[in-house]
Parts: sequence; C-alpha cells; structure tokens
Amino acid sequence: MKYFYLVFSSLKRKKLRTLLTVLSIMVAFVLFGYLTAIRQAFDAGVEVAGADRLIVRHKVSIIQLLPESYEDKIERLEGVDNAAHSTWFGGIYQEPRNFFAQMPMEPEELFDMFPEYIISDEQKAAWLETRSGALVGRGLAERFDWKVGDRIPINATIWTKKGGGRTWEFDIVAIYDGVEKGTDTSQFFFRYDFFDETRAGGTGQVGWFSVRVNDPDRAAEVAAAIDAEFANSAFETKTEPEGAFIQGFANQIGNIGFIIMSIMSAVFFTILLVAGNTMAYAVRERTGELAVLKAIGFTDRGVLGLVLGESLALTLVGGAIGLGLAWMLVSMGDPTDGSFPVFYIPFSSIFLGFALIALMAFIAGILPALQAQRLQIADALRR
Amino acid sequence: MTKINTNSTLVTVTGVDKVFKRGSEEIHVLGGLDLEIPDGEFLALMGPSGSGKSTLLNLVGGLDRPSEGKVEIGGKRIDKLSDRKLAAWRARHVGLVFQFYNLMPVLTAQKNVELPLLLTKLSRAERKKRAAIALDIVGLSHRTGHYPRQMSGGEQQRTGIARAIVTDPTLLLCDEPTGDLDRKSGDEILDLLQALNQEQGKTIIMVTHDIHAAARATRTLYLNKGQLSTEAVD
Ligand SMILES: Nc1ncnc2c1ncn2[C@@H]1O[C@H](COP(=O)(O)OP(=O)(O)OP(=O)(O)O)[C@@H](O)[C@H]1O
Ligand SMILES: [Mg+2]
Repeated sequence: MKYFYLVFSSLKRKKLRTLLTVLSIMVAFVLFGYLTAIRQAFDAGVEVAGADRLIVRHKVSIIQLLPESYEDKIERLEGVDNAAHSTWFGGIYQEPRNFFAQMPMEPEELFDMFPEYIISDEQKAAWLETRSGALVGRGLAERFDWKVGDRIPINATIWTKKGGGRTWEFDIVAIYDGVEKGTDTSQFFFRYDFFDETRAGGTGQVGWFSVRVNDPDRAAEVAAAIDAEFANSAFETKTEPEGAFIQGFANQIGNIGFIIMSIMSAVFFTILLVAGNTMAYAVRERTGELAVLKAIGFTDRGVLGLVLGESLALTLVGGAIGLGLAWMLVSMGDPTDGSFPVFYIPFSSIFLGFALIALMAFIAGILPALQAQRLQIADALRR
Repeated sequence: MTKINTNSTLVTVTGVDKVFKRGSEEIHVLGGLDLEIPDGEFLALMGPSGSGKSTLLNLVGGLDRPSEGKVEIGGKRIDKLSDRKLAAWRARHVGLVFQFYNLMPVLTAQKNVELPLLLTKLSRAERKKRAAIALDIVGLSHRTGHYPRQMSGGEQQRTGIARAIVTDPTLLLCDEPTGDLDRKSGDEILDLLQALNQEQGKTIIMVTHDIHAAARATRTLYLNKGQLSTEAVD
C-alpha cells in the first residue's frame, strides 16, 4: 500500500476538522454498538425461542390464571409432546429496582421443557430434593453475588403466604448456565409444589403453559386445537409460538426495534452530512494539488481512488474506535444494572458495523471523488 | 549519463490551434502554430501575458489537447492517446516545474520528490534512493525531512525541480520557474536548469517573462497573436 501515507497525510491537512469529523463518526458508532446491544437484549428471547414451543395463556390477558389441570388435557391432544406450566411471581428482592423474573416451575419438567438450561447432576439432585430450593441463572447469581447455599428473601407483591406473611425465603441449590450466549440466565426458578402449598390464595391455578409439539411445522395446527379444546369453557385460552409471546411481552414497553432504528437512522444521516461536508471541502480546497497529481501522471481513476481512500480512512478510524468503545462500554455492564437477560454486541453486528463504515465512506466520498476524477488539469492549474 | 546533442527532432507541433469558449464567443489562442524542438535544446518561450505560452506548454506536456493540429513527441502522436495512456505517458516522459512550486504541503521534501515514483514499479527502497539522489542534484540533501512551509521559495522550487527530474523524463517543462523568486534564488534555479541541460542533455522548454532568464537558454522564441517568431514584436 504505497499510497497509504498519501491518503493519511491528506487527513493531517486540517487537523481540527479531521479530528471533529472522526469524533462525530466515533460517537455514531458508539451509539450503534450500544443500541445494538440493547436491541439484542430485547430480541434475545425471541431469537432463541424454541421453534417447537408454544405458549398457552388466558385468552383475555397474560395476568389471568389458568387451571393446573389443563396440563393433562393439553398433553392428551394430538401433536403435543409435553406441556409444563409457569407462573409469574413478581416479587421484590430488597428493592424494586433489582428487577428479575421469578417463577414457580415443575421441578422435573423444567429440564425436559427447556433443554437450553444446563446444570450439573449434583445440583439437579439437590434441586429435586429441596422443597424451598431455588434454581437461578448464572447471570443473576453474578449480579447479586449469590452462591449455592445462600438463603434469599423475596417480598411478594401478588402472592401472600398462608397466615399473611409476605416474605418468602428460598435456598439457592443450583445455578444454571445457558447453552448459548443469547440464553436468558437472569431468571429465578423455584418449586411449584412449595409455591402451591404455601400461597394463601389461587391454589391449583397457574400462569401459562409451555407446550412442546412433535412437529414444529404443524405448530399452528396444534395451537388451534388447544384453543378449540378450551373454547366456551370458563378459562378460554390463546396459544401462540413462544417467539411471538416474548415479542409481545417486550412490546409492552414499546416497539424497541423501531425506536432504536429511528434513532440510528437520524444519527447516521446527520453524521453522513458531516462526513460528506468534510470530504467536499477536502476536495474543493485542493483542486490545485489534485491537478498536480494528475499532471505528474496519476490517472483520473487513480485520483478518484485516492479521494475515496481518504473518505474510507476518515470513517474507518472514527468507526473502528467507536465500535471498540461500544464494546468496552457494553462489557462494563447493562444500563439497567442487570435486568436485561443478556447484554452483548453480537458478532454479526460488528460485521454490520464495518459494512456501515464502508457504506458511509462511499456515500460521503463518491461525489467529491467523481468531481476530482473529472477535474481538467489545465483548468484547475489556472485557478 | 551525458547525452550528446544529436539534433534529432524531439518535439514536433504542427498546425496547432486551441479554442476556448467564453460564453458564446470562441477564442483562438494558437492560430495553426508550428514548432520543432531538437533533442537536447533549452528553449525559452517569451511573449506578452495571455499570448498562450502556458497553453502551448500544456499541449506539449500532454496536460491538454489541441482543438486542431498534431503534437508529436519522440515520433509519437500524444494528442491521440486515451486519457489513461496519456497519463501514463506524462508519468514516463514529462517533468513539470511550476511558478508557484505546487508541492504537497503535507509531505516532506523527500516524499514530495518520491511522488512521481509511486506510479512506477520501483521498490520502496529504490524510490527512497532515487528521491535522495534527485534532492542531492538540486543541492537539498540537508532538507529532505523539511515540509514546504519550512523552506524558502528557492528551496521549494529546487524541490519542485527534483520532483520533475526524479523519473528521468524526456522533457522538462517549466512555466515561469523563477517568476516568484528574487534575483539570487532565481539565478540559482537557472544555474540548475542550465546544468541539467548541458550536463545531462535534458531537453527543456521554459516559459519566462525575464530576458535574463531567457539568456540562459540555447534558443528563444516569442509568442504573439498565436504565432511564434524569433524576434520580439511590440
Ligand atoms: N481554460 C480556459 N478557458 C478559457 N480561456 C482560457 C483557458 N485557458 C486559457 N485561456 C485563455 O487563453 C489565453 C492564453 O492563456 P495562457 O494562460 O496560455 O497565456 P500565457 O501566455 O501563459 O499568459 P501569462 O503570461 O499571463 O501566464 C488567455 O486569453 C486566456 O484567458
Ligand atoms: Mg502562463
């Protein structure tokens, strides 16, 4: 790359302008990286949702309960492999900002239904033996520095205990890991049998069912069959794929993906103007120099390449630093202090980031580059 | 590498005209001009401002194309070359020296002189070596790391000459090379050009307004109203 220093030295020409442009590009890419991680946090559940899993909930709303007895009825339907229920506990650990999901689950069914959660045989045995046991995700355990053997008090907001107590105490017996990076390890599971006998009201009622179907291609059919089964009963159901269910959950806050895309588009449009402006000036100021290069024997195409190279150098320096900073920021932890199930920049987004850098370089540089390419030596030297 | 003046013709310009459009008006700058320059000549080109000296120089250097006529250099019709081939031809055969030096302000003298060599297949080390030799020829070995703004006008022009000769071109074209310099620096530049012509046999065309400068040349032509003559016309 013998033209390298030529490209870079032209960026030294107006150091302050180059610096400011690089900084704006950097900011855009920090934002890109960081917002991508946030978006990923909301999408993660949807992305890793089991394609073979359906969620059966109350037709009216997710907060209405269903009879536990539905599990057997669902399992008897054709195309259903297994069903297991979960319930939203909605308790508070120490203070409300320490939000995380707690759910009573059927201890054995859990592993069959959610093979993405991995624990050691030893801890699994302890979980099956301990009625007050809790199974927590690795991310959650790290967030609060919990270890196996810790006793965790959770204050109920929905489920009071028999006798009126609100503080439930659980013993951490197991910590699960996720099979992949996107797996949600921010959850707190405890045992349904313990829950059902301890709660003051709602005995025999559960939040929703996860249903695994035999053939994912026929999931829609099975979903319809489940809803038909309970039509006209006291508890009508709505069955949807797990991904759609999680998406719906996230959308309660708003269409995160759309909001983030809008912010990103506005930022990139602005930065594109900044970079384009810089490149336009960079070329206009040096028509003479570019003409001299041509006079010396650089081809029109060569000068075009030099200007595009300069544009790329500008965006690449800013963009790479920006992505690097975003990576650092993201690895320092999520903005909610741990409430996100996952928080990282996926590799594909880094790749996309570099593609954006190249695209930005091209769009910002192409018009000035063409202008440089068309420059007539004799005309330009007279100016 | 002393070349003997063989008096074979290097530049042949035949019936050349250059037309510029100013609005709807057409300006014929060179009216069917003829010119022959033998190999090894140091030609001074004089004439009033606006007479077309730079225009003629640009045509001979392949920086522009004539509206009419032929430009042959070393037996080759350069006005017929494609843009791409013409650029390659310039890189190989033409060295240019400008009135205002036209150095890259962000590059050191050394890098400025290396610039034309980027277009060759020479290795990095070879480029460096040749640029150093060129700077030595113009007497600037001690200034290689300096930027143009750190040099006097005379030194900048000598850097410009080093850049022009570094590829060992067939033709050296200088458009008022001393026009922006004081007498002393100007004389040094002329000494240098004269030496390049006499010792290395470089063919030089120099546009100038200065009779002292023209006196250094082996021949002087005057351009007026689109025609060349050996006598100044007032
Ligand atoms: N690109 C152009 N467009 C229009 N007119 C031009 C162009 N280039 C040159 N001219 C005109 O052609 C004529 C000759 O210009 P040229 O620069 O060759 O003169 P010159 O003899 O070099 O003058 P000077 O001594 O002032 O440098 C002038 O009238 C000039 O205005
Ligand atoms: Mg001129």
